[in-house]
Amino acid sequence: MHQLEKEIDPKILQALLESRNDYTLDDALENEMILNMGPQHPATHGVLRLLLRLDGERIIGCVPELGYLHRGYEKMAENMSYYEYIPHTDRLDYLSPMANNVAWVLAVEKLAGIEAPKRAQYIRMMIAELARISSHLVAIGAFAMDVGALTIFLWTLREREKVLDIWDILCGARFTNSYTRIGGVANDAQPEALAKVKWFIDQFEPNLVDVEQLINTNRIFIERVDGVGAISKDDAIDLGFSGPNIRACGVEFDLRRNAPYLCYDEMDFKIPTYTEGDCLARYFLRLDECRESAKIVKQILDKMPQGDVQANMPKKVLPHKDEVYTKMEELIHDFMIVNFGINPPVGEIYHAIEGSKGELGFYLVSKGDGKPWKCKIRSPSFNNLQVLPKLVIGHLISDVVAIIGSIDPIMGEADK
Amino acid sequence: MDLKELIPQKLKVKLSSVNFEITDYKGELTIKIDKKHIVEISKFLKSDPELEFKLCSDVTAVDWATRKNRFTVVYNIFSLKHSFRLRLKVDVDESDCSIDTVSTIWQAANWHERETFDMYGIKFNNHPDLRRMYMPEEFEYYPLRKDFPLMGIPGSLPLPKK
Repeated sequence: MHQLEKEIDPKILQALLESRNDYTLDDALENEMILNMGPQHPATHGVLRLLLRLDGERIIGCVPELGYLHRGYEKMAENMSYYEYIPHTDRLDYLSPMANNVAWVLAVEKLAGIEAPKRAQYIRMMIAELARISSHLVAIGAFAMDVGALTIFLWTLREREKVLDIWDILCGARFTNSYTRIGGVANDAQPEALAKVKWFIDQFEPNLVDVEQLINTNRIFIERVDGVGAISKDDAIDLGFSGPNIRACGVEFDLRRNAPYLCYDEMDFKIPTYTEGDCLARYFLRLDECRESAKIVKQILDKMPQGDVQANMPKKVLPHKDEVYTKMEELIHDFMIVNFGINPPVGEIYHAIEGSKGELGFYLVSKGDGKPWKCKIRSPSFNNLQVLPKLVIGHLISDVVAIIGSIDPIMGEADK
Repeated sequence: MDLKELIPQKLKVKLSSVNFEITDYKGELTIKIDKKHIVEISKFLKSDPELEFKLCSDVTAVDWATRKNRFTVVYNIFSLKHSFRLRLKVDVDESDCSIDTVSTIWQAANWHERETFDMYGIKFNNHPDLRRMYMPEEFEYYPLRKDFPLMGIPGSLPLPKK
Protein backbone atom coordinates (compact mmCIF):
# COMPACT_ATOMS: atom_id res chain seq x y z
CA MET A 1 0.00 0.00 0.00
CA HIS A 2 2.80 2.29 0.85
CA GLN A 3 4.32 1.70 -2.58
CA LEU A 4 1.03 2.45 -4.29
CA GLU A 5 0.65 5.76 -2.51
CA LYS A 6 3.88 6.98 -3.88
CA GLU A 7 3.11 6.23 -7.52
CA ILE A 8 -0.51 7.18 -7.98
CA ASP A 9 -1.70 10.74 -8.02
CA PRO A 10 -3.04 11.46 -4.51
CA LYS A 11 -6.27 12.91 -5.89
CA ILE A 12 -7.02 9.72 -7.80
CA LEU A 13 -6.00 7.55 -4.88
CA GLN A 14 -8.40 9.44 -2.68
CA ALA A 15 -11.18 8.88 -5.19
CA LEU A 16 -10.38 5.18 -5.38
CA LEU A 17 -10.26 4.79 -1.61
CA GLU A 18 -13.59 6.50 -1.17
CA SER A 19 -15.08 4.43 -4.03
CA ARG A 20 -16.39 7.56 -5.62
CA ASN A 21 -17.42 7.31 -9.25
CA ASP A 22 -17.96 10.99 -9.95
CA TYR A 23 -14.25 11.49 -10.36
CA THR A 24 -13.16 11.04 -14.01
CA LEU A 25 -9.83 9.33 -14.21
CA ASP A 26 -8.44 11.55 -16.97
CA ASP A 27 -5.06 11.78 -15.36
CA ALA A 28 -4.78 8.05 -14.84
CA LEU A 29 -5.40 7.49 -18.51
CA GLU A 30 -2.89 10.12 -19.48
CA ASN A 31 -0.72 7.92 -21.61
CA GLU A 32 0.79 10.16 -24.23
CA MET A 33 4.33 9.21 -24.93
CA ILE A 34 7.15 10.23 -27.21
CA LEU A 35 8.66 7.50 -29.32
CA ASN A 36 11.93 7.93 -31.09
CA MET A 37 11.94 5.95 -34.33
CA GLY A 38 15.24 5.75 -36.11
CA PRO A 39 17.82 6.70 -37.28
CA GLN A 40 18.83 3.06 -36.95
CA HIS A 41 15.36 1.61 -37.38
CA PRO A 42 15.36 -0.95 -40.23
CA ALA A 43 12.02 0.20 -41.64
CA THR A 44 12.95 3.84 -42.07
CA HIS A 45 14.88 3.13 -45.27
CA GLY A 46 18.18 4.51 -44.17
CA VAL A 47 18.87 7.07 -41.51
CA LEU A 48 15.55 8.82 -41.24
CA ARG A 49 14.66 9.74 -37.66
CA LEU A 50 11.06 10.30 -36.63
CA LEU A 51 9.94 11.69 -33.32
CA LEU A 52 6.43 10.45 -32.74
CA ARG A 53 3.96 11.61 -30.14
CA LEU A 54 1.64 8.74 -29.37
CA ASP A 55 -1.71 8.50 -27.70
CA GLY A 56 -1.82 4.80 -27.03
CA GLU A 57 -0.98 3.39 -30.42
CA ARG A 58 -2.33 6.33 -32.35
CA ILE A 59 -0.03 9.03 -33.65
CA ILE A 60 -0.90 12.57 -32.76
CA GLY A 61 2.32 14.26 -33.76
CA CYS A 62 5.32 13.55 -35.90
CA VAL A 63 8.57 15.46 -36.43
CA PRO A 64 11.07 14.08 -38.95
CA GLU A 65 14.71 14.85 -38.27
CA LEU A 66 17.09 14.84 -41.21
CA GLY A 67 20.79 15.27 -41.59
CA TYR A 68 22.25 11.96 -40.51
CA LEU A 69 23.59 11.39 -44.02
CA HIS A 70 24.43 15.00 -44.81
CA ARG A 71 27.69 15.01 -46.72
CA GLY A 72 27.60 18.55 -48.02
CA TYR A 73 27.32 17.71 -51.69
CA GLU A 74 26.28 21.26 -52.55
CA LYS A 75 29.40 22.66 -50.92
CA MET A 76 31.51 20.06 -52.68
CA ALA A 77 29.99 20.96 -56.04
CA GLU A 78 31.17 24.55 -55.58
CA ASN A 79 34.73 23.31 -55.27
CA MET A 80 35.04 20.93 -58.19
CA SER A 81 34.62 21.05 -61.93
CA TYR A 82 31.47 20.02 -63.72
CA TYR A 83 33.10 16.79 -64.89
CA GLU A 84 34.40 15.87 -61.47
CA TYR A 85 30.93 16.06 -60.01
CA ILE A 86 29.42 13.30 -62.17
CA PRO A 87 30.49 10.42 -59.85
CA HIS A 88 29.10 12.29 -56.86
CA THR A 89 25.62 12.35 -58.35
CA ASP A 90 25.65 8.55 -58.11
CA ARG A 91 25.61 8.90 -54.36
CA LEU A 92 22.49 11.02 -54.21
CA ASP A 93 19.72 8.60 -55.04
CA TYR A 94 21.77 5.44 -54.83
CA LEU A 95 18.96 3.25 -56.15
CA SER A 96 18.86 4.96 -59.53
CA PRO A 97 22.32 6.45 -60.07
CA MET A 98 21.92 6.44 -63.85
CA ALA A 99 18.98 8.84 -63.66
CA ASN A 100 21.02 11.20 -61.47
CA ASN A 101 23.86 11.16 -63.98
CA VAL A 102 21.43 12.06 -66.72
CA ALA A 103 19.91 14.87 -64.64
CA TRP A 104 23.31 16.40 -63.89
CA VAL A 105 24.67 16.35 -67.43
CA LEU A 106 21.43 17.74 -68.83
CA ALA A 107 21.63 20.64 -66.41
CA VAL A 108 25.27 21.33 -67.29
CA GLU A 109 24.55 21.03 -70.99
CA LYS A 110 21.75 23.54 -70.70
CA LEU A 111 24.08 25.90 -68.87
CA ALA A 112 26.95 25.49 -71.32
CA GLY A 113 24.84 25.29 -74.47
CA ILE A 114 25.87 21.81 -75.56
CA GLU A 115 23.58 19.43 -77.36
CA ALA A 116 24.25 15.73 -77.26
CA PRO A 117 23.82 13.69 -80.45
CA LYS A 118 20.57 11.86 -81.02
CA ARG A 119 21.95 8.43 -80.23
CA ALA A 120 23.35 9.61 -76.92
CA GLN A 121 19.98 11.10 -76.05
CA TYR A 122 18.26 7.82 -76.80
CA ILE A 123 20.76 5.91 -74.69
CA ARG A 124 20.20 8.37 -71.85
CA MET A 125 16.48 7.93 -72.15
CA MET A 126 16.90 4.16 -72.08
CA ILE A 127 19.06 4.18 -68.96
CA ALA A 128 16.78 6.67 -67.22
CA GLU A 129 13.79 4.42 -67.81
CA LEU A 130 15.65 1.27 -66.78
CA ALA A 131 16.76 3.12 -63.65
CA ARG A 132 13.15 3.97 -62.97
CA ILE A 133 12.17 0.31 -63.32
CA SER A 134 14.95 -0.86 -61.01
CA SER A 135 14.20 1.82 -58.44
CA HIS A 136 10.47 1.08 -58.46
CA LEU A 137 11.21 -2.62 -58.08
CA VAL A 138 13.11 -1.90 -54.88
CA ALA A 139 10.35 0.45 -53.74
CA ILE A 140 7.64 -2.17 -54.33
CA GLY A 141 9.67 -4.95 -52.75
CA ALA A 142 10.72 -2.98 -49.71
CA PHE A 143 7.21 -1.65 -49.24
CA ALA A 144 5.73 -5.15 -49.31
CA MET A 145 8.47 -6.36 -46.98
CA ASP A 146 7.73 -3.55 -44.54
CA VAL A 147 4.15 -4.72 -44.19
CA GLY A 148 5.15 -8.34 -43.89
CA ALA A 149 5.17 -9.86 -47.38
CA LEU A 150 8.79 -10.90 -47.54
CA THR A 151 8.72 -12.98 -50.73
CA ILE A 152 8.00 -10.00 -52.97
CA PHE A 153 11.27 -8.39 -51.97
CA LEU A 154 13.22 -11.41 -53.20
CA TRP A 155 11.30 -11.52 -56.44
CA THR A 156 11.65 -7.85 -57.26
CA LEU A 157 15.33 -7.82 -56.32
CA ARG A 158 15.87 -10.73 -58.69
CA GLU A 159 14.48 -8.56 -61.49
CA ARG A 160 16.55 -5.60 -60.39
CA GLU A 161 19.65 -7.76 -60.48
CA LYS A 162 19.10 -8.15 -64.22
CA VAL A 163 19.11 -4.38 -64.66
CA LEU A 164 22.35 -4.21 -62.71
CA ASP A 165 23.80 -6.80 -65.08
CA ILE A 166 22.88 -4.48 -67.96
CA TRP A 167 24.77 -1.64 -66.23
CA ASP A 168 27.69 -4.00 -65.84
CA ILE A 169 27.92 -4.57 -69.59
CA LEU A 170 27.13 -0.96 -70.44
CA CYS A 171 29.65 0.82 -68.25
CA GLY A 172 31.49 -1.74 -66.15
CA ALA A 173 29.92 -0.85 -62.83
CA ARG A 174 26.79 -2.16 -61.20
CA PHE A 175 25.94 0.51 -58.63
CA THR A 176 27.90 3.69 -59.01
CA ASN A 177 27.71 4.00 -62.76
CA SER A 178 28.91 7.49 -63.76
CA TYR A 179 28.06 6.52 -67.29
CA THR A 180 27.02 9.83 -68.78
CA ARG A 181 29.42 12.53 -69.86
CA ILE A 182 28.84 16.17 -70.64
CA GLY A 183 27.93 16.11 -74.32
CA GLY A 184 27.06 12.45 -74.49
CA VAL A 185 27.75 9.16 -72.79
CA ALA A 186 31.07 7.53 -71.89
CA ASN A 187 30.91 4.86 -74.56
CA ASP A 188 28.47 3.61 -77.13
CA ALA A 189 25.92 1.04 -76.01
CA GLN A 190 27.34 -2.31 -77.08
CA PRO A 191 25.13 -4.66 -79.16
CA GLU A 192 25.22 -7.22 -76.35
CA ALA A 193 24.00 -4.60 -73.88
CA LEU A 194 21.10 -3.69 -76.17
CA ALA A 195 20.34 -7.38 -76.69
CA LYS A 196 20.26 -7.84 -72.93
CA VAL A 197 17.92 -4.87 -72.56
CA LYS A 198 15.60 -6.42 -75.12
CA TRP A 199 15.71 -9.77 -73.34
CA PHE A 200 15.06 -8.11 -70.01
CA ILE A 201 12.05 -6.15 -71.23
CA ASP A 202 10.52 -9.23 -72.88
CA GLN A 203 10.71 -11.37 -69.78
CA PHE A 204 10.00 -8.51 -67.37
CA GLU A 205 6.27 -8.20 -67.83
CA PRO A 206 5.35 -11.85 -67.13
CA ASN A 207 7.55 -11.68 -64.04
CA LEU A 208 5.86 -8.50 -62.89
CA VAL A 209 2.50 -10.25 -63.25
CA ASP A 210 3.82 -13.01 -60.97
CA VAL A 211 4.79 -10.43 -58.38
CA GLU A 212 1.40 -8.81 -58.62
CA GLN A 213 -0.50 -12.07 -58.32
CA LEU A 214 1.29 -12.83 -55.11
CA ILE A 215 0.03 -9.78 -53.23
CA ASN A 216 -2.78 -8.11 -55.16
CA THR A 217 -5.28 -10.64 -53.86
CA ASN A 218 -3.62 -11.03 -50.50
CA ARG A 219 -6.12 -9.82 -47.95
CA ILE A 220 -3.56 -9.18 -45.24
CA PHE A 221 -1.53 -6.94 -47.51
CA ILE A 222 -4.52 -5.03 -48.88
CA GLU A 223 -6.02 -4.41 -45.46
CA ARG A 224 -2.73 -3.16 -44.11
CA VAL A 225 -2.39 -0.50 -46.81
CA ASP A 226 -5.84 0.32 -48.20
CA GLY A 227 -6.93 3.77 -47.08
CA VAL A 228 -3.79 4.26 -45.02
CA GLY A 229 -1.85 7.49 -45.39
CA ALA A 230 -4.32 9.15 -47.74
CA ILE A 231 -3.82 12.76 -48.79
CA SER A 232 -6.01 15.01 -50.87
CA LYS A 233 -5.04 16.48 -54.21
CA ASP A 234 -4.80 20.07 -52.97
CA ASP A 235 -2.74 19.17 -49.93
CA ALA A 236 -0.38 17.12 -52.08
CA ILE A 237 0.26 20.10 -54.37
CA ASP A 238 0.57 22.56 -51.50
CA LEU A 239 3.06 20.38 -49.63
CA GLY A 240 5.17 19.83 -52.72
CA PHE A 241 4.73 16.14 -53.44
CA SER A 242 6.13 15.01 -56.76
CA GLY A 243 6.69 11.91 -58.82
CA PRO A 244 4.63 8.76 -58.29
CA ASN A 245 3.35 10.09 -54.97
CA ILE A 246 1.58 13.10 -56.46
CA ARG A 247 0.24 11.08 -59.37
CA ALA A 248 -1.35 8.68 -56.88
CA CYS A 249 -3.37 11.67 -55.63
CA GLY A 250 -4.84 12.36 -59.04
CA VAL A 251 -2.53 15.13 -60.23
CA GLU A 252 -1.19 14.47 -63.70
CA PHE A 253 2.20 16.00 -63.07
CA ASP A 254 5.05 14.33 -64.89
CA LEU A 255 7.97 16.35 -66.21
CA ARG A 256 8.33 13.99 -69.15
CA ARG A 257 5.00 15.49 -70.29
CA ASN A 258 4.91 18.88 -68.58
CA ALA A 259 8.40 19.98 -69.59
CA PRO A 260 9.75 17.43 -72.07
CA TYR A 261 13.49 16.88 -72.18
CA LEU A 262 15.60 14.45 -74.22
CA CYS A 263 13.28 12.87 -76.81
CA TYR A 264 10.29 12.07 -74.63
CA ASP A 265 7.99 14.00 -76.95
CA GLU A 266 8.66 11.36 -79.62
CA MET A 267 7.61 8.56 -77.32
CA ASP A 268 4.14 7.17 -76.89
CA PHE A 269 3.32 6.53 -73.26
CA LYS A 270 0.58 7.07 -70.76
CA ILE A 271 0.84 8.81 -67.41
CA PRO A 272 -0.95 6.58 -64.96
CA THR A 273 -2.84 8.35 -62.20
CA TYR A 274 -4.94 7.24 -59.27
CA THR A 275 -7.27 9.36 -57.20
CA GLU A 276 -7.19 7.70 -53.77
CA GLY A 277 -3.80 9.07 -52.69
CA ASP A 278 -3.26 6.26 -50.17
CA CYS A 279 -0.52 3.64 -49.79
CA LEU A 280 -2.33 1.16 -52.02
CA ALA A 281 -2.69 3.72 -54.82
CA ARG A 282 1.02 4.53 -54.60
CA TYR A 283 1.83 0.84 -54.85
CA PHE A 284 -0.43 0.30 -57.88
CA LEU A 285 0.94 3.41 -59.50
CA ARG A 286 4.52 2.15 -59.28
CA LEU A 287 3.49 -1.12 -60.90
CA ASP A 288 1.81 0.80 -63.72
CA GLU A 289 4.83 3.03 -64.17
CA CYS A 290 7.09 0.00 -64.51
CA ARG A 291 4.90 -1.16 -67.40
CA GLU A 292 4.93 2.26 -69.04
CA SER A 293 8.70 2.47 -68.70
CA ALA A 294 9.05 -0.96 -70.26
CA LYS A 295 6.91 0.30 -73.13
CA ILE A 296 9.16 3.32 -73.58
CA VAL A 297 12.30 1.17 -73.54
CA LYS A 298 10.79 -1.04 -76.24
CA GLN A 299 10.15 2.01 -78.44
CA ILE A 300 13.64 3.30 -77.77
CA LEU A 301 15.16 0.02 -78.91
CA ASP A 302 13.08 0.13 -82.09
CA LYS A 303 13.88 3.74 -82.90
CA MET A 304 17.51 3.87 -81.69
CA PRO A 305 19.39 5.92 -84.32
CA GLN A 306 22.98 5.25 -85.37
CA GLY A 307 25.80 7.75 -85.03
CA ASP A 308 28.11 9.36 -82.51
CA VAL A 309 27.50 9.30 -78.79
CA GLN A 310 29.55 12.41 -77.98
CA ALA A 311 28.99 15.94 -79.23
CA ASN A 312 31.67 17.31 -81.51
CA MET A 313 32.70 20.26 -79.35
CA PRO A 314 36.37 19.71 -78.54
CA LYS A 315 36.65 22.63 -76.11
CA LYS A 316 33.73 21.46 -73.99
CA VAL A 317 33.54 17.69 -74.37
CA LEU A 318 36.25 15.47 -72.93
CA PRO A 319 37.93 13.48 -75.76
CA HIS A 320 38.20 9.71 -75.62
CA LYS A 321 41.35 8.36 -73.98
CA ASP A 322 42.53 6.60 -77.18
CA GLU A 323 42.68 9.98 -78.88
CA VAL A 324 44.34 11.70 -75.94
CA TYR A 325 47.25 9.27 -76.10
CA THR A 326 47.72 9.51 -79.85
CA LYS A 327 46.74 13.01 -81.00
CA MET A 328 48.19 16.38 -80.03
CA GLU A 329 44.99 18.47 -80.37
CA GLU A 330 43.03 16.09 -78.16
CA LEU A 331 45.81 16.03 -75.58
CA ILE A 332 45.68 19.83 -75.33
CA HIS A 333 41.89 19.87 -75.00
CA ASP A 334 42.02 17.12 -72.41
CA PHE A 335 44.57 19.09 -70.42
CA MET A 336 42.56 22.29 -70.61
CA ILE A 337 39.24 20.67 -69.68
CA VAL A 338 40.71 18.67 -66.80
CA ASN A 339 42.69 21.58 -65.37
CA PHE A 340 40.47 24.58 -66.07
CA GLY A 341 37.04 23.09 -66.69
CA ILE A 342 34.54 23.82 -69.40
CA ASN A 343 33.77 27.42 -68.33
CA PRO A 344 30.09 27.84 -69.18
CA PRO A 345 28.96 31.43 -69.78
CA VAL A 346 27.79 33.60 -66.89
CA GLY A 347 24.21 32.75 -66.08
CA GLU A 348 21.88 30.58 -64.12
CA ILE A 349 19.64 27.71 -65.10
CA TYR A 350 17.38 25.17 -63.53
CA HIS A 351 16.85 21.82 -65.17
CA ALA A 352 14.77 19.02 -63.76
CA ILE A 353 14.03 15.52 -64.93
CA GLU A 354 11.36 13.14 -63.79
CA GLY A 355 13.46 10.88 -61.62
CA SER A 356 12.07 7.71 -60.17
CA LYS A 357 11.17 9.49 -56.90
CA GLY A 358 9.93 12.72 -58.47
CA GLU A 359 11.26 16.00 -59.74
CA LEU A 360 15.05 15.81 -59.59
CA GLY A 361 16.46 19.18 -60.50
CA PHE A 362 19.72 21.07 -60.44
CA TYR A 363 19.89 24.83 -60.07
CA LEU A 364 23.27 26.00 -61.31
CA VAL A 365 24.82 29.45 -61.18
CA SER A 366 27.92 30.02 -63.27
CA LYS A 367 30.29 32.93 -62.98
CA GLY A 368 32.07 31.89 -66.14
CA ASP A 369 34.79 29.75 -64.58
CA GLY A 370 35.37 26.04 -64.38
CA LYS A 371 33.47 25.45 -61.17
CA PRO A 372 29.82 26.14 -60.48
CA TRP A 373 29.37 29.18 -58.24
CA LYS A 374 26.28 27.60 -56.78
CA CYS A 375 24.69 24.22 -57.18
CA LYS A 376 21.39 23.45 -55.58
CA ILE A 377 20.04 19.94 -55.71
CA ARG A 378 16.28 19.90 -55.72
CA SER A 379 15.84 16.37 -54.47
CA PRO A 380 12.44 14.71 -54.62
CA SER A 381 12.86 12.64 -51.44
CA PHE A 382 13.42 15.76 -49.37
CA ASN A 383 10.11 17.17 -50.52
CA ASN A 384 8.27 13.90 -50.20
CA LEU A 385 9.43 13.50 -46.61
CA GLN A 386 8.03 16.90 -45.77
CA VAL A 387 4.56 15.46 -46.34
CA LEU A 388 5.15 12.55 -43.94
CA PRO A 389 3.78 14.18 -40.74
CA LYS A 390 0.55 14.99 -42.56
CA LEU A 391 0.23 11.38 -43.73
CA VAL A 392 0.92 9.58 -40.47
CA ILE A 393 -1.14 11.66 -38.03
CA GLY A 394 -4.20 9.74 -36.91
CA HIS A 395 -2.84 6.37 -37.91
CA LEU A 396 -1.46 3.54 -35.83
CA ILE A 397 2.21 3.16 -35.19
CA SER A 398 2.39 0.05 -37.37
CA ASP A 399 1.04 2.11 -40.26
CA VAL A 400 4.01 4.47 -40.10
CA VAL A 401 6.18 1.72 -41.47
CA ALA A 402 3.79 1.15 -44.36
CA ILE A 403 3.56 4.87 -45.10
CA ILE A 404 7.32 5.39 -45.15
CA GLY A 405 7.63 2.41 -47.46
CA SER A 406 4.95 3.74 -49.78
CA ILE A 407 6.45 7.20 -50.25
CA ASP A 408 9.84 5.60 -50.91
CA PRO A 409 12.33 8.11 -49.49
CA ILE A 410 16.04 7.71 -50.19
CA MET A 411 18.07 9.37 -47.50
CA GLY A 412 21.16 9.80 -49.65
CA GLU A 413 19.12 12.21 -51.70
CA ALA A 414 17.07 13.81 -48.92
CA ASP A 415 20.18 14.58 -46.87
CA LYS A 416 22.48 15.44 -49.78
CA MET B 1 -1.39 34.73 -74.64
CA ASP B 2 2.09 33.61 -73.87
CA LEU B 3 2.76 33.50 -70.14
CA LYS B 4 6.03 35.35 -70.64
CA GLU B 5 4.06 38.42 -71.71
CA LEU B 6 1.06 37.81 -69.51
CA ILE B 7 2.94 37.76 -66.20
CA PRO B 8 4.61 41.19 -66.50
CA GLN B 9 1.41 42.66 -67.86
CA LYS B 10 -0.64 41.33 -64.98
CA LEU B 11 1.91 42.43 -62.41
CA LYS B 12 1.87 45.96 -63.80
CA VAL B 13 -1.91 46.17 -63.62
CA LYS B 14 -2.61 44.36 -60.38
CA LEU B 15 0.39 45.29 -58.30
CA SER B 16 1.28 48.72 -59.58
CA SER B 17 3.22 49.62 -56.43
CA VAL B 18 5.71 46.77 -56.92
CA ASN B 19 8.86 47.43 -58.87
CA PHE B 20 10.16 44.40 -60.67
CA GLU B 21 12.74 43.43 -63.21
CA ILE B 22 12.19 40.62 -65.69
CA THR B 23 14.90 38.61 -67.40
CA ASP B 24 14.55 35.72 -69.79
CA TYR B 25 17.65 33.51 -69.99
CA LYS B 26 17.63 30.22 -71.93
CA GLY B 27 13.85 30.17 -71.88
CA GLU B 28 13.60 30.60 -68.13
CA LEU B 29 11.75 33.59 -66.80
CA THR B 30 13.13 35.32 -63.72
CA ILE B 31 11.45 38.11 -61.79
CA LYS B 32 13.56 40.17 -59.48
CA ILE B 33 11.69 42.02 -56.78
CA ASP B 34 12.31 43.93 -53.60
CA LYS B 35 12.22 41.92 -50.42
CA LYS B 36 9.33 43.79 -48.84
CA HIS B 37 7.00 42.66 -51.61
CA ILE B 38 7.76 38.94 -51.58
CA VAL B 39 4.66 37.83 -49.65
CA GLU B 40 2.35 40.08 -51.64
CA ILE B 41 3.65 38.92 -55.00
CA SER B 42 3.70 35.27 -53.98
CA LYS B 43 0.09 35.45 -52.88
CA PHE B 44 -0.86 37.05 -56.16
CA LEU B 45 0.99 34.50 -58.30
CA LYS B 46 -0.56 31.61 -56.43
CA SER B 47 -4.13 32.84 -56.30
CA ASP B 48 -4.56 34.52 -59.68
CA PRO B 49 -6.92 32.23 -61.66
CA GLU B 50 -5.01 32.79 -64.90
CA LEU B 51 -1.60 31.95 -63.44
CA GLU B 52 -2.05 29.49 -60.56
CA PHE B 53 1.54 28.95 -59.46
CA LYS B 54 0.43 26.40 -56.92
CA LEU B 55 3.57 24.32 -56.67
CA CYS B 56 6.65 25.64 -54.90
CA SER B 57 9.51 23.44 -56.09
CA ASP B 58 12.39 24.98 -54.31
CA VAL B 59 13.68 27.82 -52.19
CA THR B 60 17.38 28.45 -51.96
CA ALA B 61 19.91 31.25 -51.74
CA VAL B 62 23.08 32.32 -53.50
CA ASP B 63 26.01 33.84 -51.63
CA TRP B 64 27.77 36.44 -53.81
CA ALA B 65 30.56 36.88 -51.23
CA THR B 66 31.80 40.37 -52.08
CA ARG B 67 28.70 42.03 -53.47
CA LYS B 68 26.85 44.77 -51.59
CA ASN B 69 23.62 42.81 -51.29
CA ARG B 70 25.42 39.67 -50.29
CA PHE B 71 22.64 37.09 -50.67
CA THR B 72 19.96 36.40 -53.22
CA VAL B 73 17.05 34.24 -52.15
CA VAL B 74 15.72 32.26 -55.09
CA TYR B 75 12.21 30.83 -55.28
CA ASN B 76 11.38 28.26 -57.90
CA ILE B 77 7.65 27.97 -58.53
CA PHE B 78 5.66 25.98 -61.04
CA SER B 79 2.23 26.38 -62.57
CA LEU B 80 0.57 23.03 -63.18
CA LYS B 81 -2.11 24.69 -65.26
CA HIS B 82 0.36 26.06 -67.82
CA SER B 83 3.35 23.77 -67.20
CA PHE B 84 5.37 26.90 -66.66
CA ARG B 85 8.29 27.46 -64.35
CA LEU B 86 9.07 30.85 -62.84
CA ARG B 87 11.92 32.04 -60.70
CA LEU B 88 11.61 34.81 -58.14
CA LYS B 89 14.77 36.49 -56.91
CA VAL B 90 15.10 38.71 -53.89
CA ASP B 91 18.27 40.40 -52.67
CA VAL B 92 19.04 40.23 -48.98
CA ASP B 93 21.89 42.08 -47.37
CA GLU B 94 24.06 40.70 -44.61
CA SER B 95 23.32 43.64 -42.29
CA ASP B 96 19.62 42.78 -42.26
CA CYS B 97 19.77 39.09 -42.95
CA SER B 98 16.08 38.32 -42.89
CA ILE B 99 13.09 38.03 -45.17
CA ASP B 100 9.41 37.24 -44.70
CA THR B 101 8.46 33.62 -45.00
CA VAL B 102 6.35 32.28 -47.86
CA SER B 103 5.60 29.03 -46.03
CA THR B 104 2.22 30.47 -45.16
CA ILE B 105 1.46 30.58 -48.87
CA TRP B 106 3.14 27.38 -50.03
CA GLN B 107 3.53 24.86 -47.21
CA ALA B 108 6.20 23.16 -49.29
CA ALA B 109 8.47 26.14 -48.68
CA ASN B 110 8.69 25.28 -44.98
CA TRP B 111 11.58 22.83 -45.13
CA HIS B 112 13.29 24.66 -47.98
CA GLU B 113 13.41 27.81 -45.90
CA ARG B 114 14.72 25.85 -42.94
CA GLU B 115 17.43 24.45 -45.18
CA THR B 116 18.30 27.91 -46.48
CA PHE B 117 18.48 29.19 -42.90
CA ASP B 118 20.70 26.27 -41.96
CA MET B 119 23.07 26.75 -44.86
CA TYR B 120 23.18 30.56 -45.21
CA GLY B 121 21.86 31.95 -41.92
CA ILE B 122 19.09 33.92 -43.57
CA LYS B 123 16.23 34.31 -41.10
CA PHE B 124 12.69 33.86 -42.35
CA ASN B 125 10.34 36.08 -40.34
CA ASN B 126 7.13 34.43 -39.09
CA HIS B 127 8.35 30.98 -40.04
CA PRO B 128 6.49 28.38 -37.96
CA ASP B 129 9.50 26.20 -37.17
CA LEU B 130 12.81 27.81 -38.01
CA ARG B 131 15.27 25.19 -36.81
CA ARG B 132 18.33 23.87 -38.56
CA MET B 133 17.55 21.26 -41.16
CA TYR B 134 20.72 19.21 -41.42
CA MET B 135 23.32 20.54 -39.03
CA PRO B 136 23.10 20.07 -35.25
CA GLU B 137 21.24 22.77 -33.36
CA GLU B 138 24.38 23.93 -31.51
CA PHE B 139 26.44 24.35 -34.69
CA GLU B 140 27.54 27.98 -34.92
CA TYR B 141 28.42 28.41 -38.59
CA TYR B 142 26.58 28.48 -41.89
CA PRO B 143 28.28 25.93 -44.13
CA LEU B 144 27.29 27.12 -47.61
CA ARG B 145 28.52 30.66 -47.06
CA LYS B 146 31.56 31.34 -49.16
CA ASP B 147 33.69 32.19 -46.12
CA PHE B 148 33.13 28.74 -44.61
CA PRO B 149 36.12 26.58 -45.58
CA LEU B 150 35.60 23.40 -47.58
CA MET B 151 37.41 21.27 -45.00
CA GLY B 152 35.19 22.58 -42.22
CA ILE B 153 36.24 24.23 -38.98
CA PRO B 154 38.12 21.90 -36.64
CA GLY B 155 36.32 21.46 -33.35
CA SER B 156 33.06 22.98 -34.60
CA LEU B 157 31.34 19.60 -34.34
CA PRO B 158 32.39 18.25 -30.94
CA LEU B 159 32.44 14.49 -30.44
CA PRO B 160 30.07 13.10 -27.83
CA LYS B 161 31.52 12.99 -24.29
CA LYS B 162 32.70 9.63 -23.07
